[in-house]
Amino acid sequence: MRIVGFCCERGPEQAIDLAGEKGLRYPADLVFIKVPCAGRIDIVHLLQAFREGADAVLVLGCLEGNCHHVYGNLEARKKVDRAKLILDEVGLGGYRLEMFHVASNQPFRIPELALEMASRVERVGPSPLAVRR
Amino acid sequence: MIIGEQKSLSEIAAMLEGQRKILIAGCRSCVAICLVGGEKEVAVLAESLRLLSSLKGKGWEVEEVTVERQCEKEWATELGARVQGKDAVLSLACGVGAQTIQSMYPAVRVLPGLNTSNMGAPEEAGVFLERCGGCGDCVLHLTGGICPIARCAKSLLNGPCGGSQGGRCEISPETPCAWEEIHRSLERLGRLDLLEEPIPPKNWLPARDGGPRRIVRKEAVLTDEQKRAKGGRA
Amino acid sequence: MSPRSDLERTLLERRFAVTAEIGPPKSASAESVRRHAREMKGCADAFNLTDNQTAMSRMSSIACAAVLIQEGLEPVVQMTCRDRNRIAMQSDILGASALGVRNVLCISGDHQSFGNMKESKNVYDVDSVQELMILRRMRDEGKLWSGDELEVAPELFLGAAANPFADPFEYRVTRLAKKVKAGADFVQTQSIYDMERFERWMALVRARGLHKRVHILAGVMPLKSHKVALFMKNKVAGMIVPDAVIDRMKNSQDPKEEGVRLCVEQIEHLRDIEGVQGVHIMAMAWEEKVPEIVKRAGLRP
Repeated sequence: MRIVGFCCERGPEQAIDLAGEKGLRYPADLVFIKVPCAGRIDIVHLLQAFREGADAVLVLGCLEGNCHHVYGNLEARKKVDRAKLILDEVGLGGYRLEMFHVASNQPFRIPELALEMASRVERVGPSPLAVRR
Repeated sequence: MIIGEQKSLSEIAAMLEGQRKILIAGCRSCVAICLVGGEKEVAVLAESLRLLSSLKGKGWEVEEVTVERQCEKEWATELGARVQGKDAVLSLACGVGAQTIQSMYPAVRVLPGLNTSNMGAPEEAGVFLERCGGCGDCVLHLTGGICPIARCAKSLLNGPCGGSQGGRCEISPETPCAWEEIHRSLERLGRLDLLEEPIPPKNWLPARDGGPRRIVRKEAVLTDEQKRAKGGRA
Repeated sequence: MSPRSDLERTLLERRFAVTAEIGPPKSASAESVRRHAREMKGCADAFNLTDNQTAMSRMSSIACAAVLIQEGLEPVVQMTCRDRNRIAMQSDILGASALGVRNVLCISGDHQSFGNMKESKNVYDVDSVQELMILRRMRDEGKLWSGDELEVAPELFLGAAANPFADPFEYRVTRLAKKVKAGADFVQTQSIYDMERFERWMALVRARGLHKRVHILAGVMPLKSHKVALFMKNKVAGMIVPDAVIDRMKNSQDPKEEGVRLCVEQIEHLRDIEGVQGVHIMAMAWEEKVPEIVKRAGLRP
C-alpha cells in the first residue's frame, strides 16, 4: 500500500515531527511531501500522485482560521474538492483523496489519519495503477 | 470577453477515442480569464486524461501547449512544430480559436474542448455573466448602459414584460430583470424620458440573423504587392 | 368612425363590456372549442383564444377563432411575439382578417423555458409594443411594415395586456402609455386579487388621462381551490395573491362556490371604479362557470 501525504510545513509538519519524537507509529509506506502551505498544492500534483501509483492521498493543512497565509487552507480545500470530482469521473474514486486540518500540538492525529486512509484503501482495494510503482 | 465552459471529461474522452498522440492547446486570453482554457486548465485536463488513459488503457500520449491567442494567425503559427505528427489537437480555446487552428492545420483533426457560450464579464471572482448581444446596432445609450438584447430573456426593446416581479425575470429568480435595471439606471441618470417613446422594430440585419458577419478595415488591408513583400505571411 | 367589432361597439357605446377566455385544445379536432362556444354563447361580447400559452403547442389561436366565428361568437385572437417574426405576424393577420377576425391582442408571450419544449429557439423579432405599431400601420395606412401597399387593409381592434402587479410599479403606467402611443385601443389586465394595488394603479392611469384614450378591461379569474390559489401566488410570474384571499379559499367549506362568489364580488367592485370599462374573465379549464359568474354579477342578461 502506498499513501502520499502533502503536508503544510507549519502545523501539520510540526505535528508529524512531534509524533516521531513521541514514538507514535504510523504505516511505513506513508510518504510525506512538505509544502510551504497547503494552498500551494495544485490539482495537477494530486492527480500525478495517483497516476504514479498512490492508493490514497491525503492533504494536511492548518486548522481553519489558523493559516499563516490567511486563506491557503481554504484554497486547498477547494482544489481537493475539484480533484475528488475528477477522480470520480475517471473511475478511480474521490474517496481515495481527503484533506484534514491538523494543529502543531496534535501529534496523535497523524497515526489516526494514516489509519483512516489505510482503511479506505482496504475497503475499495488497491489502485489499479499500483503495479506501476 | 468570450466566456465558455469545458466539456465534460466523458464527452472529451469519447471524442479522443481511438486517437494516440494528442496535443491539448490552450489560450492565454479570454478562456484563461474565465478559468477554462488557460495554461493551468490545460495542465489539469492533460493530467486527468493521462490518468484516465492509464486506468482504461486508452493509449493516449498527451502533450500540452498554450499560446497567447489562438484566434490570431501570428500566434497560432507557434503551434506548427507541436501539431506535427499528432492524431488530434484538443483545443481549449473558444470556438474562434479552435476554428483558426483547424484552418491553419487542415491535416490534423481539431476537437473542441470547450462549449463556447457568450460575450460577458466577471461580475465577481468565479462568476461570469452574459452582457452583450452582439447585435451590431448598439442601443446602450437608450437603456442606461444595459443591453436589452443580451440581458432581457425576450430581447425586448420596450420592456419589461408582465412577468417581471421583484426585480427578477420570469425565467429564474437568479436572473435580474434587465428592464428593471434599465429603469433604475435611467432614473439615476435623470433620463427616464427615454422610456416614454416606443422604440420601433429592430433591424436585425447587422446581427447574426443577417448572416455571418464580415467587417473590413480598409485602411489596414494589404495590397497584393505588400502581401508578396511579407513573403506570404498574412 | 364605425366600430370594427362588437366588442368595440360595446365599449364605444359606454356599455360595460365582458370578455372571456377559451383555451385551445391539444388536439387536431376542434370539438372542445365548439363545445365551449355553445356553452358560453351570449355570456360575453368577445372571447379570447390563447396563443400556445405557457409555450406549449396547442391548436392555433386563429384556427380556433375561425371555429368561433362559425359558431356565431366573436373572437379575440391573441398573438405572442415568441413564436413568429414580423413576416409571419403580418401574414397571419391578413389570413385572420380574411376569416373574419377583428380583435387582436398583442402580447410578448411566456418565455419558452416555461413549456415542455424548452430547447426551441425563441423568435422575439419584435416585442408587443412593436407588434402594435406594425398592426396599426396595416390597418390605418394599408401598408405592410416594408411599405408595400396592401390591396385590402385589415379591419382591426387592437388590444394589449397590462399588468399592475408586475414590477417596477412606478413604470407600469408609463408602459401602458407607451402601448397606447403604439396603437392599443383596449387593454386587458392580469387577474386582480390585490384590489388595493389595482386601485392605486388606476389612480395613476387616471392622473395621466389614459382611461380616456384606451378602453380598460379588468381581469378576473375565479379560483377553483386553495391549491390553485397557492399555485397562482407562488408559481405564476407577475401575479399577486394576498394572504386574505388564500385564507378565504383555505377555510371555505365549498371552495368552488367560494371562488365563484369571490369573483362575483370582485366584478361588482370593479364596475364602480372610474375608468374600468369592462371585465375580462379568465376561467381556465373552468370555462363552463362563466355563464353563471356573468349572471350572478348582473352582467347578463
